[in-house]
Amino acid sequence: MANEAKKIEVAQPKQYQASQSTWDKIAESKEFQDLMATKKTFIVPAFIFFVVYYFALPVLVGYAPAFMSTKVIGEVNLAYLFALSQFFVAWIIAALYVRAANNFDRLAKDILEKAEDAKGGK
Amino acid sequence: MSNIPLIMFLVFIAITLGITYWASRRSAGASAYFAASRQIKGWQNGIAVAGDYMSAASFLGIAGIIAFQGYDGFLFSVGWLVAYLTVLLVIAEPLRNAGKYTMADVLAYRLKPRPVRAMASLSTLTVSTFYMIAQMVGAGTLVKLLLAGKVNYNQAVIGVGILMIVYVVFGGMLATTWVQIIKAILLMAGTLLLSILVMAHFHFSFGQFFGAIAHVTYHDAKGVVVVKDFLQPGLRYKPPYGPLDLISLGLALIFGTAGLPHILVRFYTVPDAKTARHSVVWAMVLIGSFYIMTTFLGFGAATIVGPDFIKTHGGTNMSAPLLANALAGSIFFAFISAIAFATILAVVAGLTISATTSFSHDFWTNVVHNGVERRPGEEVLVARISAFVVGAVAIALAIVLQTANVAFLVALAFAVAASANLPVIVLSIFWRRFNTAGAVTGLAVGLLASIGLILISPSLMGIDPPTVAGSARHLIQAKAWFPLENPGILSIPLGFLGAILGTLISHEPTSQEKFNELLVRSNTGLGAEKAGAH
Repeated sequence: MANEAKKIEVAQPKQYQASQSTWDKIAESKEFQDLMATKKTFIVPAFIFFVVYYFALPVLVGYAPAFMSTKVIGEVNLAYLFALSQFFVAWIIAALYVRAANNFDRLAKDILEKAEDAKGGK
Repeated sequence: MSNIPLIMFLVFIAITLGITYWASRRSAGASAYFAASRQIKGWQNGIAVAGDYMSAASFLGIAGIIAFQGYDGFLFSVGWLVAYLTVLLVIAEPLRNAGKYTMADVLAYRLKPRPVRAMASLSTLTVSTFYMIAQMVGAGTLVKLLLAGKVNYNQAVIGVGILMIVYVVFGGMLATTWVQIIKAILLMAGTLLLSILVMAHFHFSFGQFFGAIAHVTYHDAKGVVVVKDFLQPGLRYKPPYGPLDLISLGLALIFGTAGLPHILVRFYTVPDAKTARHSVVWAMVLIGSFYIMTTFLGFGAATIVGPDFIKTHGGTNMSAPLLANALAGSIFFAFISAIAFATILAVVAGLTISATTSFSHDFWTNVVHNGVERRPGEEVLVARISAFVVGAVAIALAIVLQTANVAFLVALAFAVAASANLPVIVLSIFWRRFNTAGAVTGLAVGLLASIGLILISPSLMGIDPPTVAGSARHLIQAKAWFPLENPGILSIPLGFLGAILGTLISHEPTSQEKFNELLVRSNTGLGAEKAGAH
């Protein structure tokens, strides 16, 4: 068992340190505001949609069991199909998020480069 | 039954010990020990996250609930996948960007580290302990059934406990991750095979399969033969409180998953936030496929084996192994049983490492010693020692609670994660005004509310007729004061309320000033912990 620690990590400072005013300046920059706005336009509606779509299931199944027992294809009823659809909806939202997030990464990269340049090309 | 199950168990143990030996040579230094040097690949971490999540409760438990209560059991499956959208959209990336080893790292950025870490550590240890006891008791019961006559309950629990200590003490996060990956692949393979065999039984006709599900015949509690449509909702969650309980369960899953410490620590094992994101997507593909297949496992057990037979051959948790036995005989039974055993072992190891990380990093180094390691390697050493303690305590509790009904402990773990951990993580990332007092009261209220409500719920309170004996009896023989089994619907709002009120009655300018730093760090990854070299 290799027991020796190579470095003291806890006592070490973060790899990137900056003064309060630097953080404030980045946070107020147009690039950062753009990033946050872009994130919000995807994440907020996506979150609300999946929460509403998901809770529709227990609400409908719990309070309208007769309706949800309606048979649609052979013996397969609405309740089962709606439950199954949840899996696909979750996958679709995840895929859309990954696509949108590539955009976030691009915006974040500009901010990162600018910040590290300001530090003297760390 | 022959020796085959035992041999398969031993093969799995031998392979995982080999991995532990390999990992132990690469686990020097804190970042290597706690976060596998942050070099786990996206797909690997995705499989490990899925493995941590697909516990025995899901593999054996879900199959059993569907086999006995049909459609309502399948609703658990849905919630368990959809919950990952919260992890993906809200938690995974900010956590990876701003933290180091634990969720408390993110809280400690702008809040006073000591009180916040102390409370977060307490909550982490509580969630991990509840979850672990449920797994350990399950392991004991399972191994006793599978290896009847060869291994008894105490031997099984001690064996699982010792193995998990070995994985965690010597192999750290790297070994735990690989044990989890192997187990997840085995679990997916076994489940897929079982699903195909179920469909083969119905000549690959969905019409025949669903036709059989619509007419499941068994004896009800009174001994009367009944034929039920198992696709119909309402077999488990009956009025008046059933629907509300179902919603409450959904809330605990959707908000609890993103607060489970053993899932959160996994996002520190990858190089950056983008990889963390991809690992959640990998996990969602695996978890979703797995839970869709519970359709075949659960309904297959209901139609092919039948609730009557399962009841007299080990009970609900044996549904999946019995289905394997009915479809392909004793070797397949042994294979599925060995997978179930591997599942428990891997999940218990994952829980242990998250508990020991929180204890040594949050509590020992940062609360007791003010963030300073007194000598190199102290943090890892403390984690290794605490793994022994956690293991010993888990073994002892599992033996003491042997006959107790512990199924509610997993629900409790989710409730605490959703009511205590999630509100403070979310508020600290998104609310500028949030402060230390808010975090401490939020964690405390969420923790107390979930535990308190479970204590007075039908899980622990109820009046049993004298014929009910032993473990089936309720702990408190009185009518339950709180009518729901899942406290989430009340305890989650209480957790948020505690955090918000605590914030509003106190004033802490520094936490507001430092909000911009956390905001920038968590959203851009500026200054995030980098992957280390081996």
